[in-house]
Amino acid sequence: MDSLRKRYLTKSVEAAPLAVFRILFGTMMFFSIVRFWGYGWIDKLYIRPSFFFSYYGFEWVKPLEGFTYLLFAICGLSAILVAIGYRYRMAIVVFFLSFSYIELMDKTTYLNHYYFISILSFLMIFLPANCYYALDAKRSPERAFQYIPVWAINSLKLLLGIVYFYAGLAKLNSDWLLKAMPLKIWLPSKFDIPFLGDLLGREWVQYAFSWLGAGYDLAIPFLLLYRKTRPFAFGLVVVFHVLTRVLFPIGMFPYIMIVSALIFFDARVHHQILILLDKVLKWGKEYFDNERVLNFPNTVTTRLKHGILVVFFTIQIVFPFRYLLYPGELFWTEEGYRFSWRVMLMEKSGYAQFKIVDAKSGRWFYVDNDDFLTPFQEKQMAFQPDFILEYAHYLKKHFEKKNEGPVQVFVDSRVTLNGRLSTTLVDPTVDLGKEKESFRHKSWILPFKDEIKGI
Amino acid sequence: MNRIVLLTLFSMAILACSSDNGEETPPVDGKPDDPKEVTFERSTLLVNWADNIIIPSYEAFVTDLDGLNSAFETFRPDASTENLLALRNAWLAAYKSWQWVSMFEIGPAENVGLRLNINTYPTNIDRIEQNIVSTGYDLSLPSNREAKGFPALDYLINGLGESDEAIVSKYNEVDRDALISYIEAVLNDMTTLSKEVLASWKDGYRDSFIANDGSSATASVDRFVNDYIFYYEKFLRAGKMGIPLGVFSGSALPDKLEAYYKGDASNVLFLEGLSAVQDFFNGKHFGKSSSGESLASYLDALNELKNGEDLTDLINGQFDKAREMVSALDPFLEELENNAVPTQMSLAYDEVQRAVPLLKVDMVSAMSISIDFVDADGD
Repeated sequence: MDSLRKRYLTKSVEAAPLAVFRILFGTMMFFSIVRFWGYGWIDKLYIRPSFFFSYYGFEWVKPLEGFTYLLFAICGLSAILVAIGYRYRMAIVVFFLSFSYIELMDKTTYLNHYYFISILSFLMIFLPANCYYALDAKRSPERAFQYIPVWAINSLKLLLGIVYFYAGLAKLNSDWLLKAMPLKIWLPSKFDIPFLGDLLGREWVQYAFSWLGAGYDLAIPFLLLYRKTRPFAFGLVVVFHVLTRVLFPIGMFPYIMIVSALIFFDARVHHQILILLDKVLKWGKEYFDNERVLNFPNTVTTRLKHGILVVFFTIQIVFPFRYLLYPGELFWTEEGYRFSWRVMLMEKSGYAQFKIVDAKSGRWFYVDNDDFLTPFQEKQMAFQPDFILEYAHYLKKHFEKKNEGPVQVFVDSRVTLNGRLSTTLVDPTVDLGKEKESFRHKSWILPFKDEIKGI
Repeated sequence: MNRIVLLTLFSMAILACSSDNGEETPPVDGKPDDPKEVTFERSTLLVNWADNIIIPSYEAFVTDLDGLNSAFETFRPDASTENLLALRNAWLAAYKSWQWVSMFEIGPAENVGLRLNINTYPTNIDRIEQNIVSTGYDLSLPSNREAKGFPALDYLINGLGESDEAIVSKYNEVDRDALISYIEAVLNDMTTLSKEVLASWKDGYRDSFIANDGSSATASVDRFVNDYIFYYEKFLRAGKMGIPLGVFSGSALPDKLEAYYKGDASNVLFLEGLSAVQDFFNGKHFGKSSSGESLASYLDALNELKNGEDLTDLINGQFDKAREMVSALDPFLEELENNAVPTQMSLAYDEVQRAVPLLKVDMVSAMSISIDFVDADGD
C-alpha cells in the first residue's frame, strides 16, 4: 500500500511536464478566446439573442450585455497569465470562474470540450504548476522547485484517461457498433474531402471508423501510459484528432487533446521543449533546474486540498453513470446525457411547434419560434426536452403578460435519432406550463419507439 | 512496431466485442460480400436542377410576363371589359407561373430580392393610391415593395371597383393616365428584375452553381435545400395558408390572403406552389414528363445504404395528402368568410404542416445537411 502510494502520489518527479502543460494550455485557451471573439460569436451567441437557456440551478447566470466582452477579455487575459505563470493561482482561479461563467450563460452552446476545459482548469487550481519555468518562480527563488510530487502530473493523466475511456464506453451501443450510426450518415456527406472522400461512402469504411473510433477511445489512455507503446500511441492521437478535425466542425478541441497528451511523456521531452522555448523567452532555464524538491507540509490546507481532489475525481467517475437512475432510452430523453463524455454519438434533430391556448376562451395559435430564438437555439431546443420545457415556461410568461390571463402551452414535436423516422418526443396533450423542471424523470417525454442496446 | 499494432487491434476487438450481448460479428445490411456505397453525384443533381428545372421555369415565367405585358398593351388604348378580362387572365397565368420560380431565391434572385419585389402581400393600397397621384415614386425603394408586383396588380385590376364595369370605368375617367402609367411602371419593374435574374442564371451563375458541388454549409446543395425548406415552411405553408387562417394569431386574417382582391385564386396559387415544390423534390423536368436526379433520388441512394424507412414515399405521400385536402376546399376567402370556424381549411393546413418535419428533420438529417447553417463549433 505504501509503495503504491509512493509510486502514484508522493514520489518526486520533474516539474517540467506540468510547466509545459501549463504553458500550452494557457496559450491555447488564449487563442481559443481570440478565435471566438474574432468570428463574432460573442455578439452572435451572447449579445443578440433575447432569450437564453439556463442550466437547472444556474438561472442567475446570464450574459452581461456589453460587459460580456469584458468577461471574455478577462478570461483571455487570465489565460495568458496562466501560460507565463504569473500570479498563477489567482490567474487560474479567474480563468476557471470566467470560463465557466461563459459556458453557463446559455446551454445552447454546450460542448463536451468546453466542459472539459472547465473541470481541467478547476483541477489546475490545485496543481503546483508555477514552480518551474514560470514567472512566479523566477520572481521569488524560494518558490522555484525542480521536483514536485507525482500526483500533480498523475491527476492530469487520470482526467484525460477518464475523458477518453468514458467516450469509448459511450460508443459501446448497438447503433454505433452494429449499425455504424451516426457515421453512416455523417461520413458520406464528406465526399469532397481530398483523398478520403471517395472512401467515406463505403459501408466497410463506416464500420471501420466506428469500431476503430470506439477502440481508440478505450485503449488510448493505456497505450499512452505504457512506455513502449507511447510513441505509437501519440502518433495515433495525432492522426485521430487531425482526422476528426478534417471531418467534423469541432474547432480547437483536437489541438487541445493533442497537446494535452504530451503530459504522458517523460520529462526529457519537456526539457527539450523548454530549451527551445527558452531560446525565445530567455528566462534562463538553468535557473529553474535548482534540484529543489517541493513537499507539501502535512497541514490542514494540504489535507483539505487532497480531500477536494478525491471528491472531484469520485464525481468524475460516478457522474457519467447517473443516467442509470432514469427510465427510458438515454439518447432519446437525454436525462443524464451531458457532462458524460458522450461525444459525437448521435445524429439527432427535431422540430417543435408550440401551441398557446387561452385557458379561458380556448382560443389558440402557434408560436413563430423566430420571434424568440436564434436559428441555433431553435435547432438545439427542438430535440432536447429540458430546452423545450424552459422555452415553454418562457412562452407562458410572455403570453400571459400579453394576454392578461392564463394560457396553456402545448408542443407538437418530432425528433429523428440516428436515421430513424421522426416520431413524437413530447406528449402533445400535456400543458408544459404546469410541468416543473427538476432532476426527476420527465414523465411527459413519450417513450422511444425502438431499442438501442449497450452502455 | 508490428506487435504493437497487432496488440492494439486485438485489444480494440476485445473491448468492442464485450458489449454486444454475445453477437460475435456485426451484422451488416444485405450480403457481407456486397459492399454498398453511396455513389450519388451532387454535380449531376445540380445540373438537373439548373438546366431542367430552374432555368426552364424562369423562361416560362418570363414568357408569361411577356404575355401579361402584351395583354396590357391591348388594354391600354382600349380599356373595355373584354380587354380587362383578357388582362386579368394573363395576370393570373403569370401569377401561377410565378409559383414555379418563387422557391428559387438563391443567387441572382437572392441578390435582387426577387420574391420581395414581385410578391409581397398584403399590398398596401394607401401607398399605391399615394404613388398614383404623386407620380414621383421610385419603385426600386424597399418601402415600395408593398405597392408593386402581383399583389399591386391584383388591386389595380380586381379591386378598384365592385364590378368589372366599375373597374373599367376607372380606366376611362380622369385618373386614367396615372393609373395606366402606374401599371406600366409595375410591369416594367417586374419584367426587368425577372429578365435580369434569368440572364444571370444563363450567363455565369449556372456554372458557378454547378461547380459548387461540395458538402460544406455554403455548397449549392446545402444552401439550396435550406432555401427550399424555408420556402415551403414560411411562404407556402405560412404565407399562403397559415397566416390568413390565423394559426399564428388566433383569429382568421382573410385580408392577408394572396390574390385577395381576385377572391377565388388563392387556393389555385397555393396548389401551383405545392406542385412546384413536389415536382422539384422529384426532379421532374419543367414542362415535361421526364425527370432526373433529385432530392428524392438522393434520399433513395442514401436509403439503400441505410436500409431505413422509405422517406421519399412518405414525403410524396404527405404532399399528395395535402393536395387532396386543399383541392377539396372552396377558395380560401370563402372558407374564411363563410365559416365561423374554418374547420376544413384547418384540417387541410394540418396536412400541409405535416410535411415540414419530414423535410426539415428527416430529410435534412438523412442528408447530413445543417439547417439554417450556424457557424459554431460542434462536439
